[in-house]
Amino acid sequence: MEPLLDVRDLRTQFFTQDGVVKAVDGVSFNLMPGETLGIVGESGCGKSITALSIMRLIPSPPGKIVSGEIIFEGEDVLKMSDDEVRSIRGRKIAMIFQDPMTSLNPVLTINRQISEALELHLGMTKSQARQRSIELLKMVGIPNAEQRVDQYPHQFSGGMRQRVMIAMALSCNPSLLIADEPTTALDVTIQAQILDLMRNLQAEHNTALILITHDLGVVAGMTDRINVMYAGHIVETAPTEELFANPKHPYTVGLLNSIPRLDAPRKEKLNPIRGLPPDLIDLPDMCPFMPRCDYAREKCGQKNPPLMDVNEVHRSACWFWDEVSLAGPTGKREGGVTANDGD
Amino acid sequence: MATEVRATPQQSDGQSREVLLDVRDLVMFFPLTRGIILQRRVGWVQAVDHISFQVYKGETLGLVGESGCGKSTTGRAILQLYKPTSGEVIFKGTDLTKLSPGEMRKMRRYLQMIFQDPYASLNPRMTVGSIISEPMQIHNLVPKNQRNERVQELLETVGLNPYFANRYPHEFSGGQRQRIGIARALAADPEFIVADEPVSALDVSIQAQIINLLEELQEQFKLTYLFIAHDLSVVRHISDRVAVMYLGKIVELADRNSLYDDPLHPYTKALLSAVPIPDPVVEKKRERIILTGDVPSPINPPSGCRFHTRCPYAMDICSKVEPRFVDQGGGHYVACHLYPGCTP
Repeated sequence: MEPLLDVRDLRTQFFTQDGVVKAVDGVSFNLMPGETLGIVGESGCGKSITALSIMRLIPSPPGKIVSGEIIFEGEDVLKMSDDEVRSIRGRKIAMIFQDPMTSLNPVLTINRQISEALELHLGMTKSQARQRSIELLKMVGIPNAEQRVDQYPHQFSGGMRQRVMIAMALSCNPSLLIADEPTTALDVTIQAQILDLMRNLQAEHNTALILITHDLGVVAGMTDRINVMYAGHIVETAPTEELFANPKHPYTVGLLNSIPRLDAPRKEKLNPIRGLPPDLIDLPDMCPFMPRCDYAREKCGQKNPPLMDVNEVHRSACWFWDEVSLAGPTGKREGGVTANDGD
Repeated sequence: MATEVRATPQQSDGQSREVLLDVRDLVMFFPLTRGIILQRRVGWVQAVDHISFQVYKGETLGLVGESGCGKSTTGRAILQLYKPTSGEVIFKGTDLTKLSPGEMRKMRRYLQMIFQDPYASLNPRMTVGSIISEPMQIHNLVPKNQRNERVQELLETVGLNPYFANRYPHEFSGGQRQRIGIARALAADPEFIVADEPVSALDVSIQAQIINLLEELQEQFKLTYLFIAHDLSVVRHISDRVAVMYLGKIVELADRNSLYDDPLHPYTKALLSAVPIPDPVVEKKRERIILTGDVPSPINPPSGCRFHTRCPYAMDICSKVEPRFVDQGGGHYVACHLYPGCTP
């Protein structure tokens, strides 16, 4: 089967006064139709920039997609003209943003905002679009859709706004939906509602989903496969169950060990990853995680490891992946290494 | 004053535990006004409505709930950052609500706060050194010539380089700023700290660093925490006892293990089941209680039990009578008509 999306060696950089920020630095992955891919990482790791690059929404200047290919349904998005991109953006590829408060236009009714895409991409008339908007609002579980459709965003709660965003994103039945931290701004009970809704709608419409989040709990329940990103690179990729059961990159292990789990026996101490993520300006050719890593050795400082095969479906960018396990390096690292930010 | 003996797993030394803070019937309503010059009062936002709880010396009491449930307001009303509408906040025998502003200022050195947003809670025009030494100066705690030394000591305590004292907040990352905020809170030598979502703005790997730091400091300085957060996993990790709030009310209060292992209130159950667990195998098997709808408005809260509009077990009585907050044994308090004694 042909992949729906094939990202090859994507490099997105920001040219700032302080230097060139390599926000995404050689990222490659693909996505099958109907598949759910999680992209996990901390702030600044390049996960949102990857998504924005796919949508060609990088603000330029200062940003620029320096090289790479983004093949979507057989065509390279990066080679398209602006008009061509506009014709797939919203129709074939849709995006849900983190903050439902700022991603809706406060001075337009919900009807206007959903109808816009319907009229533009599907050529509907105003009244058809309105009818469809009401159906979409019903589909995402908004009560009194007939009345609500004429209201403004401020009349909706955060969870309801995110439902509206989902309705908008799905309005043209896209084949790829990118959700960038869709539930981070929401409370847990509302988060559960929204994730449930996304899961059902995705199954119904067979939409491929890229779910970007920092919450390992959310990706665990939603995704088929996960890319872990760190400092602009994918450092590990594996099917979800394999990644959680058998992580092979020290950063993934660090993330899994540093979060308290609701269902696990309470630990006396958490095991944080020491130090801070690196500055993305002028990164030398070395493993970017090395200064925080318990497995670090001389080789790590000499060359940045590429993604290496652990097995057919699992790849890790660690020179010593075969030594990495959830238990940590033998003989080292016991209890919480005391916090030690900065230099 | 502390007559009850409540054994918690960590501190079951059999002694009656000293109550450091006793909150009684605390009410915090904010007026809703209309009009610009003649402001008419058109209603109240009932942010915190008659809540009572005690905080024991040396413990961490976790306060959880969704946004708008009144947990931050509770923290601020305790510290008299808001003037409570009614109720008492008794700290070591003194009712803070009855103190004059001058007297309260003197008390503040014992009660400090750590804020959620490490970007907004540090003055960008002050050096880290002056931020941390300000409490010492206000409360006249350390002679002027020793303040620099004390600042450096505090920076070291929170895991920062003492040399950072001359830098400005913008030079630091979120986690480092939160450490500065913690150092400032410690500068006054407090006994009680309200930590309002201290880690929710931080990345997971940094979160764990700050949580560990807070625990180490608690041990070292014998601090008592009121830890306000919406992340139930974090609260479970750090707290000795946990209170769950919903729409201005405490619906359940128990020691950590009984709350998480055996939650009684339907809201607590739903809340716990909604937390995603970072394990795909567990996630597949889990059954979620998905609550319908949103949290109602605190301007016009539902009658009776405030949770009845979303509760899967709601009965007739729930919309009519407010349940009482009753001990179900072992200090496990709940306010729900499903349990004995709660129906008046």
